Amino acid sequence: MAAAESYPEDLRYHPEHDWARVDGDEAVLGITWFAADALGELVHFEPPTVGATIAKDQPYGEVESVKAVSDVIAPLSGEVLEVNATVVDAPETVNDDPYGNGWLVRIRLSDPSELEALLDLAAYQQVLADQ
Amino acid sequence: MTHPYLALTDSDREEMLTAVGVGSVEELFRDIPAGVRLGRELDLEPALSEHELSAHLGALAARNADTTRELSFLGAGIYDHYVPAVVDAVLQRGEFLTAYTPYQPEMSQGVLQAIFEYQTAICELTGMDVSNASGYDGTTVTADACYIAKHATGRTKVVVTAATNPQVRQVVKTYAPGFGLEVVEVAHRGGVTDVDELRAAADGAAAVILQQPNVFGCLEPAPELVAAANDAEALPIVHCDPLSLGVLEAPGRYGAAIALGEGQAAGNFPSYGGPHYGFLAARQDFIRRMPGRIVGEMVDAAGERGYVLTLQTREQHIRREKATSNITTNQTLLALGGLVYLTWLGPQGIRELGETCLSLAAYAKQQLRARAGLELVFPEQATFKEFAVRVGRNAREVVAAARERGVHPGYALGRDYEGMDDVLLVAVTEKRTPQEIDRLAEVLAEVTA
Amino acid sequence: MKLIYEKSRPGRRASAIPRPEGLPEPEIPESLRRAEPPRLPEVPEFELIRHFTELSTRNFGVDTGFYPLGSCTMKYNPRINERLVTLPGFASLHPLQEEDGAQGALELMWRLQEILAEVTGLDAVSLQPAAGSQGELTGLMLVRAYFDDRGEGAQRRKVVIPDTAHGTNPASVTMAGYELTPVKTDPRGNIDVEDLRGKVDEHTAALMLTNPSTLGLFDENIEEIERIFHGAGALMYYDGANLNAVCGISRPGDMGFDIVHINLHKTFSQPHGGGGPGGGPIAVRKMLEPFLPVPAVVRRGEDEFGLDYDRPQTIGKVRGFTGPFGVFVRSYAYMRMYGPRLREMSETAVLNANYLRARLQDAYELPYDRLCMHEFVLSARGLKREHGVTALDVAKRLMDFGYHPPTIYFPLVVPEALMIEPTETETKETLDAFCEAMLAIAREAAGSPETLKEAPHHRPVKRLDEVRAAKTPVVKYEFERHPEAGGEPSAVAAEAPKGV
Repeated sequence: MAAAESYPEDLRYHPEHDWARVDGDEAVLGITWFAADALGELVHFEPPTVGATIAKDQPYGEVESVKAVSDVIAPLSGEVLEVNATVVDAPETVNDDPYGNGWLVRIRLSDPSELEALLDLAAYQQVLADQ
Repeated sequence: MTHPYLALTDSDREEMLTAVGVGSVEELFRDIPAGVRLGRELDLEPALSEHELSAHLGALAARNADTTRELSFLGAGIYDHYVPAVVDAVLQRGEFLTAYTPYQPEMSQGVLQAIFEYQTAICELTGMDVSNASGYDGTTVTADACYIAKHATGRTKVVVTAATNPQVRQVVKTYAPGFGLEVVEVAHRGGVTDVDELRAAADGAAAVILQQPNVFGCLEPAPELVAAANDAEALPIVHCDPLSLGVLEAPGRYGAAIALGEGQAAGNFPSYGGPHYGFLAARQDFIRRMPGRIVGEMVDAAGERGYVLTLQTREQHIRREKATSNITTNQTLLALGGLVYLTWLGPQGIRELGETCLSLAAYAKQQLRARAGLELVFPEQATFKEFAVRVGRNAREVVAAARERGVHPGYALGRDYEGMDDVLLVAVTEKRTPQEIDRLAEVLAEVTA
Repeated sequence: MKLIYEKSRPGRRASAIPRPEGLPEPEIPESLRRAEPPRLPEVPEFELIRHFTELSTRNFGVDTGFYPLGSCTMKYNPRINERLVTLPGFASLHPLQEEDGAQGALELMWRLQEILAEVTGLDAVSLQPAAGSQGELTGLMLVRAYFDDRGEGAQRRKVVIPDTAHGTNPASVTMAGYELTPVKTDPRGNIDVEDLRGKVDEHTAALMLTNPSTLGLFDENIEEIERIFHGAGALMYYDGANLNAVCGISRPGDMGFDIVHINLHKTFSQPHGGGGPGGGPIAVRKMLEPFLPVPAVVRRGEDEFGLDYDRPQTIGKVRGFTGPFGVFVRSYAYMRMYGPRLREMSETAVLNANYLRARLQDAYELPYDRLCMHEFVLSARGLKREHGVTALDVAKRLMDFGYHPPTIYFPLVVPEALMIEPTETETKETLDAFCEAMLAIAREAAGSPETLKEAPHHRPVKRLDEVRAAKTPVVKYEFERHPEAGGEPSAVAAEAPKGV
């Protein structure tokens, strides 16, 4: 079951509809409800390899539905520590639980100062309103 | 006078123009600037009636020496195998002939199921996991496979054996610069590829392309060559004759990453080079890198089995500049011909066909030696349905002289290979009889004496 | 319906293979011999015919009914062409036959080249590319060869493509090793010339443009676009997908294009064959001729034709031999049936499209309210907003009325797009009946949207679960999962024949 629309308060957002949950020098990344809903039920996640370096504002993976494919944009730079195997096996987990079990990767931040450039909830909701 | 392929009467046209709100057909084109209009009639010959057309094309066809008018031993990639009447019957069904790509599965279950059955047949023949719905021909699917290999390995070199059909090598070389690939050739040694030379060349390569049987008709040590490519983590790509696969091992069984080839021999007429179909099948690892259409099985809203185009996110209409290929229109009808033909053959038929080709080719070798005194170019090598002989003089002259006697004795390999000006490549399909082979030997004896 | 593999029984066969007596035994080295036979179907000939006949009844072609699939030009395919292509002089001609044994084929190709040069307004033609996409790629290879020859190859790396383009254009750009420069569409459906101006410079290699565009609109600024590109020293490539609109009216060469591909399976009636074959010849200006693929088909004397390989600057070969010859036979025959009257073909296609547009534009939205060319794009955006009915639902419901749906969700710049191309080969009665169906569906969307949501109701299958198919793709028959297949048919497995 696809989740109902929601955007948690505790996340930081990227205008390309990605989120980051920061914990010390690590962060968990994913895509927002809006992105998951726009794509439709996901059928494939092409993840980066563990150990790869990803760069803020650059694609680090791909998500696919039946009729669409989209790059996943990194909200922050860092090294990939873990890929969510649940999503690789069952990509629809992203639709069901975009901010919980549907996270995509965990990274070690290479430049925590990048956080300042991300959007808070209010700013991201403004991005959505402008769509 | 209304053209036979048009329908509007004068009154239709008036009513329609009124509905559109313009006064004339000319006015429909008012968005086209005057400066880019033709402003005159097309300078073409007047329209023909159907029977005039028929006479004109009949006269053109009569100026061709086809394989029903000349006893032909031509091969080198396109073969004069028998095409059974069931192929024509199925391909002329208007529901297949005049449909387009099955983007709407509910309107297209017929062709979708047929493609699924075709994919199954190609996977069975080649020993692979996944086949696409067809590529343009045996040359372009090889270029497609290089694109797969480039993206799968991140490497920038492809190795191709010099004993691979020259048409295939030329097309790969034409595509390679756009792909950012360098093409390296490995020479043949006595008609086949040397495993150690190939192993050295495969180092750092994205792919190794070899042909089985190769352009000289010789059987390569394909399992060893494929193993050498795999050792170098280069994708082994085996270009194969589908009709050899009733007797020769399936490339998937000896470790090929991709098996592909020209489908013409299986169910298409030679047709002066096309349209035919290229088949391309791969190991499961490459399913998301496959070019072109793939049909998948699934169920409908009522739980019934059905078929759809699947994994479409690989393709140009969705992935655009990042697509696995730009192909859209493919060769479905010809591939359907292939499926009908392979169904007609069945597992016993394809083995027997291979055995007949082997026997007739062996007989031809004997007769050309015994009656015409010709020597095989590569006497040490096993062959399938084609072999190279030395004719003792320029082979193109031999072809010309033999054709005056009603026999096309084969392809003059000197057109593609240095030092082979006196070499003829002779192809023997199941359509040739021992008597026809005797006739070939007789004519070659005359014209090479 | 069963698969052919499920109708297979060991020991049955449709073929008999000749095995003359007294020949040497077939010999294959042990290491290369096939171990397991391929599991091809084992059926008698009559079962084969019944199987494929039944499959054909589950398919819909132009011969079955109206097929307004935008951008694909699904016109009638004359039957005489199918007879001509089977003449032994064409069907059984080997491509490596010597020139003097293939004069009829060579003459046909040379004549086809001449006709295509006149229709496109360009100087030289290569018939070799196998389809439109390959024509595009070949064209871009010519662009590269041309600029390499001028020493500008390293500098000119960008190809400009409008956002309305077919996906093949950007895919071809990447395969040719170029970079993509997208350009926007203006509110009238033309290329946004202001956006364009800022994007064309000394790094631009070419423009790729379909004109009329995929919106079915002729670009009114084509002369200005030509000045911008040629002024910057770049080339212009014409995607001939929509040539059916302008034959004998406006030629790509007259519009300023330097390279054109022609889709023989669209404009010139090669049957689409359930997905192919096609033909994608390219026509070019004189200065690009030296780079065309080899061999070139040339006229050597009044009545003598040949293949010329001596082209030192050629890009090489893009497919085997000289191209899909059987396609040439059909398209040549088709064009000879029209001659200069090709203009009537295009005029009728454009009139038919405008008539449908005029009758449908009030019930659906018309995002670009202009006269269209051979096709037009409606939007079901209003139906979606007001009744929750999408372009997909409209398409599926059309099937119940006996029509093939239009192209949907393309071009991407129009939400809920329905792209309709009637072609010239339809009667007014058919066009009217289609309009009535479209109008009835618009009414149904308001009155009983669930009828649309559940459509189609009268096809061999209902809507299919494409998500599951993409997640765990089953792309061939899994013999292991069907142990019953190939054995004795059980009463349970026996299936009554289904009507359509």
